[in-house]
Order: sequence, then structure tokens, then C-alpha cells
Amino acid sequence: MFSSYHNNENLQRIIGLLIGMGFGFCLQKGGATQYDVIIGQLLLTDFTVMKLMLSAVIVGMLGIHIMKSLGWVEFHTFPGSIGASMVGGILFGIGFGLLGYCPGTVAGAIGQGQMDALFGGAIGIIIGTAIFATFFPTINAKFLNRGRFPAETLPELLGLPRWLVVIVFIIAIAVFLIGLEYLGL
Amino acid sequence: MRITSSLNIMDLFTASIWSPYLAGAGIGVLLWIAFLFSGRPIGCSTAFSRTAGMIQCCIFGNDTKDSEYYQMVQPKIEWQWMLVLGIVIGAFISSMASSTFQVTIVPDMFAASFGNDPIFRLIIALIGGIFMGLGARWAWGCTSGHGISGISQLSLASFAAVACFFAAGIATAMIIFSLW
Repeated sequence: MFSSYHNNENLQRIIGLLIGMGFGFCLQKGGATQYDVIIGQLLLTDFTVMKLMLSAVIVGMLGIHIMKSLGWVEFHTFPGSIGASMVGGILFGIGFGLLGYCPGTVAGAIGQGQMDALFGGAIGIIIGTAIFATFFPTINAKFLNRGRFPAETLPELLGLPRWLVVIVFIIAIAVFLIGLEYLGL
Repeated sequence: MRITSSLNIMDLFTASIWSPYLAGAGIGVLLWIAFLFSGRPIGCSTAFSRTAGMIQCCIFGNDTKDSEYYQMVQPKIEWQWMLVLGIVIGAFISSMASSTFQVTIVPDMFAASFGNDPIFRLIIALIGGIFMGLGARWAWGCTSGHGISGISQLSLASFAAVACFFAAGIATAMIIFSLW
């Protein structure tokens, strides 16, 4: 559906800008553009980030799986590996703990006036991506294909119907979030 | 009735904080829009790669575009680059609407543990950013691309990446905040 719009580059730039404005608005209103809130999550004293991300996943997951079943959208998964997803994830996590923002929230933090996000975080992220691009042929040969995962998605790995996994997963997240509230976290 | 409901919407617009569940649900709806109207998952870190490529082109000339990586991720302003620009604008509008916009360098919790020196905060943020940029491209995604879009698609790569983002993030934050 609407796939004829997908290749209209100028229209897509406008749609991207509007989605981004909504995203930045929600992140800022949700408190996720604040260093103190993100670091509080990593120190396990403030669970705002987890609540925000998991409620985005519940709503997002339900909608995109319904639209996929209706044939309106296609999915965009790719094979992961220990050498890419996990090594990269650990490098990212070290940066996460030091910076206290992620690539999306660093942009939101800039918008609300955090200059450490602009002159420290965003410039650092650009340098980090430039380092990756420069050494990509070596990193690709030595790491990225090591320990390929046997499937692209959880339903494929488990050999279960997609909707069963979606429903169980959504219930599990809901129970987890209710548990967090029950514990007063 | 109409007056009451428009007041409620204005209250939401000017509120300094929303329930994280409401803000998260809003982001979930934006994910539907991205899939439906753009045929793309929401992500942020590729835009930083493209920016790096554009800067490298300025410094080292157009040969940069011929490198293996920039052949795949072309240095240009496209959908996701505009999305990240939109995040800056959206957060600016939100913070202005609630009068919480404030130019700051050192966040409160950082200052409480590591002192108020802006240069020290900028250096730590820069080092953190370098690790993050490297790791985000290495893992093919960040907290948005893997954490929200990937998990929503039940992608195994995303489960592995997000587990590592938070495991290493929690370990790093706990180590640096307990050492000082």
C-alpha cells in the first residue's frame, strides 16, 4: 500500500521530517531526551526509558503485524551474527553509559538545549561512524559474519506461527510493565 | 464539550512531562506511519553515517564516495537524515511549549558525581559518542532501529543487539558512577 509514494524522494524527505518531529516531540515529552533519565535507567533507579520503549514496541508491533497480515507493508529484517550484533552492541553500550544519550535522543537533547549532546555526543557519533566506514572492509572480513544466527526472526527460530509469538510477546511485556508499576519502579 | 477537549489538547501540548506509556504509544503509531507511507523502519544512526560521509567528501574529495561502505550507504540527505533533523525540531517545539528549553552543558546527575567542568563533560560525551557511532554501525542499528523497529518485527539481530546495548550500558554506567 502506498508503495508508489516510497520512491518519490522529495515527498519522502517531507514525510521523514514530519515523522521525526513527532518522534522528537514524544521523546521530549516522555523525558527520554534527558541525560538524568537515561542514566537513571542504566543505573536501574528510573525505569522511564524501559516503559517508553516497551510501550512503543507493544503498539508498534501490533500495528505493523496487522498491516503485514493485510498485505499493506513489508518487513525489513536482516540476518544477525555474534560478530556484528553482539560485538557492535557491546561497543554501543559502552558509549551509551559514557554519553547518556543514544543517536535518536542525542538529537532530541540538542533540540531542548543540551550542548553536551551537540558538541560532545553528536560530533563523537559522526566520528565513530567515520571510523567504521574507513575500516569497514577489515571489520567486515574479520567480524561481521562470525557466528551467524540460524534465523532472521524469533518465529522462524522457534518454528512457531508469527501471530502466536506476537500475542505471547505482547502479553509478556504487558505483565512485565504491570509488575514494574506494582513494585513502584 | 468542544471547549473542554481543545483545552485538554493544549494541556497535553504544554505539559512538561507525559506518562512514558503515552509517549511510547505515540512512537508506536509513528512506526506504523513509517512502515505504511515510507516502507521503512524508524532508525537514526545511518543518518550520522551519511553526515560523516558528506564531511569526508568535503575534506578528502569525492573519492570518499567510491569506498566500499559509502557505495552502500550513500552520503546524501534522504528520508532518515530529515527524520533526525525532525527530532531536533520536535524536541525544540516540545520544550518551548512547556517552557523547559534551557541551554545547558553539564547535566545535573553528571555534575553531582563528576563536577561542573564543561570541558570534562564534553570530553566524556565525545568519547562516548565515538564508541556509540562505531558500535551502532557495527551492529547495523541503534536504540531506535533495533530497540523499537527491530524488536517490533521480532528480529533476532535486534534482540541480540539490544541485550548488548543495555548490558554494556548498565555495566559502564554502574562502573563509572561507583568509581567516583
